[in-house]
Amino acid sequence: MYGILTIFRKEMGDHFNSLRFLLISALIVMVGVIITSMVGMAIREELKGMAKPTLIFLLLFTSTGKLFSFVQFIGFFGPLLGIFLGFDSINRERISRTLSKLVSQPIFRDSIINAKFLSGVAIIAIILVATVLLISGLGIRLIGVVPGAEEVSRLVIYVVISLLYISFWLGISILFSVIFRSAATSALASLAIWIFFSFFVSLGASVLSDAVAPVSQTASGVDAEMLMRHERVQRLTSLVSPMTLYSEATTTILDPMRKTTRTLVLMGPLERFSMSRFQSPLPLLESLFIVIPHIISIVAITLLCFGICYFVFMRQEIRTV
Amino acid sequence: MKGEIIVETEDLTKKYGQRTAVDHLNIKIEEGEVFGFLGPNGAGKTTTLLMFLGLTEPTSGRAKVIGFDPTREPFKVKEKVGYLPENVGFYDDMDARQNLRYIAKLNRISGEVSEKRIDYWLEMVGLSDESTKKVGTFSKGMRQRLGIAEVLIKEPKLVFLDEPTIGLDPDGTNRMLDLIHSLSREKNITLFLSSHLLDQVQRICDRVGIMINGNLVAIGPIEELAKKKLGLDQQDYTLEEIYMKYFKEA
Ligand SMILES: Nc1ncnc2c1ncn2[C@@H]1O[C@H](COP(=O)(O)OP(=O)(O)OP(=O)(O)O)[C@@H](O)[C@H]1O
Ligand SMILES: [Mg+2]
Repeated sequence: MYGILTIFRKEMGDHFNSLRFLLISALIVMVGVIITSMVGMAIREELKGMAKPTLIFLLLFTSTGKLFSFVQFIGFFGPLLGIFLGFDSINRERISRTLSKLVSQPIFRDSIINAKFLSGVAIIAIILVATVLLISGLGIRLIGVVPGAEEVSRLVIYVVISLLYISFWLGISILFSVIFRSAATSALASLAIWIFFSFFVSLGASVLSDAVAPVSQTASGVDAEMLMRHERVQRLTSLVSPMTLYSEATTTILDPMRKTTRTLVLMGPLERFSMSRFQSPLPLLESLFIVIPHIISIVAITLLCFGICYFVFMRQEIRTV
Repeated sequence: MKGEIIVETEDLTKKYGQRTAVDHLNIKIEEGEVFGFLGPNGAGKTTTLLMFLGLTEPTSGRAKVIGFDPTREPFKVKEKVGYLPENVGFYDDMDARQNLRYIAKLNRISGEVSEKRIDYWLEMVGLSDESTKKVGTFSKGMRQRLGIAEVLIKEPKLVFLDEPTIGLDPDGTNRMLDLIHSLSREKNITLFLSSHLLDQVQRICDRVGIMINGNLVAIGPIEELAKKKLGLDQQDYTLEEIYMKYFKEA
């Protein structure tokens, strides 16, 4: 325990002093402020002379405005944040030959990897919380609405899910930093995984669902049952990807007008209109209920990834070079 | 006999695949002695030291270091044993003092005591004036000295030094040898050093062991080996002659 604490403190210091941390935070803060200003002003315009709808505050995070929403930005950039923070954490010490010195001190070997992972998680938490607070502060000024208890709870859940999700990517990059001696190789390997999950899983999902349950567009119309199967296969396959898990979980939490995580809802314009008018938001507890399996899956893959990392590191020959 | 046995091995063996790096090593080191571990490149010296610290698991056999089995209780061993690796590394963006402080913290040395010890050992290795420079700017010899200070900061009972004087200038070498000598005489620290610099070993070591291809071919006080190998009682033998004789035979 003592060893973990000492290494953790040193790692935190290293993070705070690093240019990398400064650049990443600056980037996230900058993007956050720009998006919020744009979205906030748009909301203020629309709200003029109207009663404030429920959960308007969350729109600051989910509304896309002209570019993309903050939530979308974190969904895209979060994995990169995790990768940036971890891709050289172990091999850096191997190259500078400090790793062999570290393991000959009276600490347990796993404290090294635990402390590195935890310090990364702490940094991610700091960045996330700070940015969400900043956006909220800015938002309160811009739209003049103070978030209610439910909105705050939803934001807290959002931050927790994001923290878990980004920690998964941190785990991936630390794993590669244990496996590969060169920091460049480990960064590339992490990016390859990221690209694979971002693009190819959804592609694979649609290919697979086409193969398993082809939807033919015949004159007689679409076979409804086949369409459902097609959707189900596509959905299940893409759930393999942590990206899908994450984006479904966050939209459910932050966008409570949605009653389902499915994207396939066939609606005519009138139905859509009536839904947006008269639909009441899903209660917090029920939203939470929907995303709990997602959260468990994210925790499971994060733990799995860290577990592999731990196992590989503990068994590795320490002799350097 | 000076005292208790502090390092003891029993058929200690390490194989890397087909290659036997250390072959049935049996060795006993007494408390307070300065032991020189010699051998050509690839003889298995570093591998032996790694096994003594529990950093590599032996394929077979046993080691006992300060009374503990390093494979089973590495923590206990590392608390009391210092190790200077072959090519010691530092956190280059921190200064000498910060590097030492970090190691002191990992050894649970409290702040006040650690500052005192840091001052003392920086002085002893001649780095007092450089203590606030980033280690990244240090020369090879300065890094080596800092490495030695770092090993001694935890006040170990036993120290393994893998080629400690490599990269030191003649004056630095002399000071280092004097330091090692005084550690043994005044603080009763046991020193186990591997080196290729035979004249230095001859100057400071009580006993030497010669390892060739993983086998310990000779062990004992230098005079004894001279008598045995060169067959003379002459005083002007050098360790180098003895070493070369063993090396050619092997
Ligand atoms: N991880 C490893 N995998 C395979 N072989 C290894 C490994 N580590 C060491 N060896 C082999 O073990 C043998 C002993 O190496 P060791 O480093 O102990 O030699 P040494 O006596 O310290 O040499 P030097 O004087 O050059 O430092 C060498 O032949 C080396 O190639
Ligand atoms: Mg060696």
